[in-house]
Amino acid sequence: MDILFKVLIDPFLQMGAMPDLFVQTIWDGFVTGVLYALIALGFVLIFKASGVFNFAQGIMVVFAALTLVGLYEMGLPAPLAVLVTLGVMFVLAVAIERVVLRPLVNQPDIILFMATFGITYFLIGLGELIFGGNPKQMITDQLYLPRGAIEVKMLGGFVQFQKIDIAAAVIAVVMIVALAVFFQKTRIGRALRAVADSHKAALSVGISLNQIWVIVWFTAGIVALVTGIMWGARSDVSFGLQVIALKALPVLILGGFTSVPGAIVGGLIIGIGEKLGEFYWGPLVGGGIESWLAYCIALGFLLFRPQGLFGDKIIERI
Amino acid sequence: MTVTHETIGKGEVLLAVDQVSLSFGGIKAITDVSFDIRKGEIRAIIGPNGAGKTSMLNVINGFYHPQQGKITFKGQTRSKMRPSVAASQGIARTFQNVALFKGMSTLDNIMSGRTLKMNSHFFWQCFRHGPAMAEEIRHREFVEDIIDFLEIQAIRKVPVGKLPYGLQKRVELGRALAMEPDLLLLDEPMAGMNLEEKEDMSRFIIDVNTQYGTTIALIEHDMGVVMDLSDRVVVLEYGRKLADGTPDEVKADQNVIDAYLGVAH
Amino acid sequence: MFYRETGQFKTNYADDMAVFPILQDRIGIALILVLAFVVIPLAGSNFLLSSVMIPFLVFSLASIGLNILTGYTGLISLGTGAFMGVGAYACYKLTTLFPEVNIVVWIVASGFFSALVGVLFGLPSLRIKGFYLAVATLAAQFFLQWCFTRIPWLYNYNASGAIEVGQRTLFGINVTGAKASLEARYMVLLTIVTVLTWVASNIMHGRIGRSFMAVRDMDIAAELMGIDLLKTKLLAFAVSSFYAGVAGAAMMFLWYGGGEANDAFNINQSFLILFMVIIGGLGSMIGSFFGAAFISMLPTVLKFGLPALGIPLAGATAEHLTYILVGALIIFFLIVEPHGLARLWQIGKQKLRMWPFPY
Repeated sequence: MDILFKVLIDPFLQMGAMPDLFVQTIWDGFVTGVLYALIALGFVLIFKASGVFNFAQGIMVVFAALTLVGLYEMGLPAPLAVLVTLGVMFVLAVAIERVVLRPLVNQPDIILFMATFGITYFLIGLGELIFGGNPKQMITDQLYLPRGAIEVKMLGGFVQFQKIDIAAAVIAVVMIVALAVFFQKTRIGRALRAVADSHKAALSVGISLNQIWVIVWFTAGIVALVTGIMWGARSDVSFGLQVIALKALPVLILGGFTSVPGAIVGGLIIGIGEKLGEFYWGPLVGGGIESWLAYCIALGFLLFRPQGLFGDKIIERI
Repeated sequence: MTVTHETIGKGEVLLAVDQVSLSFGGIKAITDVSFDIRKGEIRAIIGPNGAGKTSMLNVINGFYHPQQGKITFKGQTRSKMRPSVAASQGIARTFQNVALFKGMSTLDNIMSGRTLKMNSHFFWQCFRHGPAMAEEIRHREFVEDIIDFLEIQAIRKVPVGKLPYGLQKRVELGRALAMEPDLLLLDEPMAGMNLEEKEDMSRFIIDVNTQYGTTIALIEHDMGVVMDLSDRVVVLEYGRKLADGTPDEVKADQNVIDAYLGVAH
Repeated sequence: MFYRETGQFKTNYADDMAVFPILQDRIGIALILVLAFVVIPLAGSNFLLSSVMIPFLVFSLASIGLNILTGYTGLISLGTGAFMGVGAYACYKLTTLFPEVNIVVWIVASGFFSALVGVLFGLPSLRIKGFYLAVATLAAQFFLQWCFTRIPWLYNYNASGAIEVGQRTLFGINVTGAKASLEARYMVLLTIVTVLTWVASNIMHGRIGRSFMAVRDMDIAAELMGIDLLKTKLLAFAVSSFYAGVAGAAMMFLWYGGGEANDAFNINQSFLILFMVIIGGLGSMIGSFFGAAFISMLPTVLKFGLPALGIPLAGATAEHLTYILVGALIIFFLIVEPHGLARLWQIGKQKLRMWPFPY
């Protein structure tokens, strides 16, 4: 009985007793969720357009952030460093298309998946070789990102909102809206959606797959850079972040591999769910459950809806 | 208004489909269809594309679960069952788009049809000796008979993914035969074949029916083949039953002529 | 000329169904076994045994395990590292609770615990397919890894939180612990790997192997033929995890000689083994060995090979270069032969059969 009380009732009593702490936890979870969603977003873009389960998305985030900071440390002014980093991401997109995707076109999914592992290893080695393996500080001030925190008095206590977190949420929203407009309103966006539906049909109406892939991987690279800046500002920039990037995977299961709204909603569910779980239920089993809770939430969810949050029901045909 | 043909049907009823309806969301695939298959006969299901023929086969072997209606097989009535249960009761089938195990050889594909008949213990499987090996050899002999029957000795050890389409269809028939089914469902066994291959396949179907006494239900678009092979024909259109009877009766049926064979001008 | 089956007639089905129907193959296998069991332990240097052969054998076992699941049954798993961990910790618990039972028995028996856990985490595989399943197995990876570090009972409340390998003997010879000679550890490991490889090959050649492959190639058709999907998939998880578990136990007790979960059984280990399976060849026993050899020896070869070629390497740079090269080589091999080294081997054998004629 004692166990049941501790698991089923006590956490909620705690929430009620200190609502300000509860709001704080939700907010922390929300911001983490936004960042998960951003990684998942880059992933969804690539999966939709090229059918590649891009394991390297997490590394691209770190690599982009590392390049930015590294270039700044080499003496480039911050705005120029951002531009050059974008250039690097573009070169990376072209290189991946040329070296990896083009020779592997039409191979089974698992082969392409494995190839992105190759990219992952390559980028880790390359990043550390050029910029060194030590953790770096994100150049928050130079990029005009706010510092410090706002304390809001509410519910009989104080809730702290880091300004950088607010900025992250705003930038994420802006970027998602921009991507949506890009997809729905432009010619390239239409081509992208066509490719997502069927490679062959898109080819037959004269869309260049190679060009689309470069664009998509570059877009994912931009998303990675933004994510990297935001994440780097909250902790520091190092390849240790890649384990956190794996958290984007349960987000994808929740949201479905092809759904942008799914990535966002999934990210928020995972972010908030895991913070609440860690804070209120974690102490019961000794803490640290953040490392696997997200996967278990996703797994439990998947058992009831194998097609994800926004996926259509699958009718199997034979 | 089901017309019964006591005189033509060969034996007792093996399988009866009773007022089955199946829909996916708002789309009705099958509406209130009833017919029966008698022991030992070749029963054809025909109809235009999208008439619900393949869905009907899927219902019969438990892959789709109808919303309404009952299916009676060997005297047992059920509304739904798992496909593996249907298989263990003696229903085998081939598929419209060849559904072979592409990474395996012809021999292994047909051997996999014997899975249900094999039961040596996992322990012996680990050592591939004793009962496991004896069983393997026993079933290999059975499978070799099928290979002889279908004249595919030469491709025994070729991965089926490398075989031409016509041979794949033949291997698929072999795999279904290996299950020693009481009821064999053939989904367009001759689709995409040339005349010679069709003749071969027709011969195999007739031989299976006469030599092994297997009851066969088949879907086919080639009218000449259907009318020659089958004892009785059921005609579906838009998921409903249009006609049911011997090939001659169906050919003469005004509804069928209008809807399927084309209105005479 | 030398390698062809011409003239080797089979007069019964048992001969025809042998794993190596061609005489030359049987001779080849015998030579390899003699080399592994006699020549290497007698003539091999300590370096060869400790840095090349033992890691290679441990990884081969793990690759065979994952290959059964991914290559033969078509279920992708990213949790192999954790299943190896289950084996290692099970073996540790068993040998501390029952020290009188021989360690070799426990190394093999620990596979059963791993199989049990594998079945548990394999349950979702009925409803979840493809990459969704891969991500689901990550739940196993992270949850189990958390258990290894957070449940002190598993590591016997050690201060270090690590597995400690004690002295154990077989026929009066030390086989684990600090006093065990390399040769003894190697021979025990080699025997385990040889026997288990033979068993795996037997299973894959029989009814069970065929059902695995049927599920992989076309699960719907398999089900319509009476193959119970859930049972088959769970069996695949069980067999696969068994091999992973034994590999994990062998890794701790015969190779590392002790260590903790976050080093040995983390997600990178899972990925590494998946690499081995893909590079080696999905659905191929011999491919598992090729893949394990390639990936486990690559860092060693680079570490000692590059300086020999005149490329000087400082410690950190060497590590970075290794990463780059491993990444590049993986991509290169996937492009050259997506079906893995096993396919290259097959093509080579085919060519040899025709040699010296072009066709």
